[in-house]
Amino acid sequence: MRTARTLATARRVLLQLRHDPRTIALMLLVPCVLETLLRLIYAHHRAAFDQAGAPLLAFFPLTTVFLVTSIALLRERVTGTLERLLTSPLGRLELLGGYAVSFGLLATTQAIVVSALTLGPLGLRVRGPVPLLVVLAVCVALLGTGLGLLASAFARSEFQVVQFFPLIILPQFLLCGLLVARERMPSVLHAISDALPLSYAVDGMHHLSRQTGAGGAVTADIAIVLGFAVSALVLGAATLRRQTD
Amino acid sequence: MRAPTPTETSRADAVQLERLTVERGGRIVLRDLTASVGAGRVTGLFGPSGSGKSTLIRAIAGVQSGVRGTINVLGERPGSMAVRRSLGYMTQDPSVYDDLTVAENVRYFAAIHGGQIGSVLERVQLQSHATQLVRNLSGGQRARVSLATALVGRPRLLLLDEPTVGLDPLLRRDLWQLFGELAIEGSALLVSSHVLDEARHCDEVILLRDGRIVAQLTPAELASRTGTDDLDEAFIRLIEQR
Repeated sequence: MRTARTLATARRVLLQLRHDPRTIALMLLVPCVLETLLRLIYAHHRAAFDQAGAPLLAFFPLTTVFLVTSIALLRERVTGTLERLLTSPLGRLELLGGYAVSFGLLATTQAIVVSALTLGPLGLRVRGPVPLLVVLAVCVALLGTGLGLLASAFARSEFQVVQFFPLIILPQFLLCGLLVARERMPSVLHAISDALPLSYAVDGMHHLSRQTGAGGAVTADIAIVLGFAVSALVLGAATLRRQTD
Repeated sequence: MRAPTPTETSRADAVQLERLTVERGGRIVLRDLTASVGAGRVTGLFGPSGSGKSTLIRAIAGVQSGVRGTINVLGERPGSMAVRRSLGYMTQDPSVYDDLTVAENVRYFAAIHGGQIGSVLERVQLQSHATQLVRNLSGGQRARVSLATALVGRPRLLLLDEPTVGLDPLLRRDLWQLFGELAIEGSALLVSSHVLDEARHCDEVILLRDGRIVAQLTPAELASRTGTDDLDEAFIRLIEQR
């Protein structure tokens, strides 16, 4: 019964997206365009492309899923469907589970499409096992669901919720080690980056691109990202209060 | 007025409110309410806009904060799992998914109640719109989608917040007839409206004004106590009698 309600919710969220094919197309195509652009920028610096290309594969699902989740849940709060669901047998974790499953599937598709392009025609060199790359991307997507859910709790409108993107995501981007290696940052910033989930996702991608047989290190990074994702989801679940004013 | 049915002779209360007070943002919205909603009957909740109808319905649904006093719903506390399994709640603004079709909306709510769509779409006269996206429907049609999603899973208690507002008279009549049928099938219905004329479709009415109950009585009692069949006039006389 529990899983049936979670799956029904996942199906409903996917159906909503299916009625909005342009959003799906943008989710799949934009990362491809960006990776291609990066390849062209680094046309004469193959090593630099190898360095930046893989971490970006972890960054895309975070941005995509964060935006979709925060807006979808904001709508549920504003239109009253959330209140309605909270008077039904659907539990809060079942609702979130539904979102996690549907966006997880979406992120898997995105990761497969984008990495096929990046590792194939664009020629990104990755030494570690490729399936782990997809697993990491999916964990980052779950993180995006959790953070998006949290953002939706603190916003009253779509204008506001979109502003959480530069607040929550961009600092993680600056500190994740993509622009400057984390070890070379001032110690305060390094310490802050240690507390941010995207850092571990990017560490994982670096491990995958640089070392063969990096499975162990990557698995540890994946576990950390997953831990952050679950924490964000649980915190987010606490913001789904049944009783409101 | 609907003829009494056998279920009414052995009715039990689906909802009991005792000294219910609700405070919202430092303001008392409902004050010291004592009332009941009988099983197998249609109880109308009438009062002008701002009298506290929606707040009362939200309190019974278990989603209103700042509630004091006692609310007993189907023998349980509002919002408990047992109640949520047996509750159909239609909010005042249609709360359905605009980007899903009519059938997809109903199917989703049926799935989380563990039931089937059944004849719900026929009952709200939307079967010909099943494959249309809700966002392309009129306001009245959306309201009926919202009603349909509240009916799935054969709830024992239906809380309907202004389900007939903005509908044409024929459809309004049909919906009140549907509410009567659902009551005969055993559900308890609490239906709010600000159109007093609709009180004649109810087995019992609760009249609300400024967050207080003016009276809870049958339409016949209302007529005899006030000496008029005009429901607007009866409401005015009741208030003046107090």
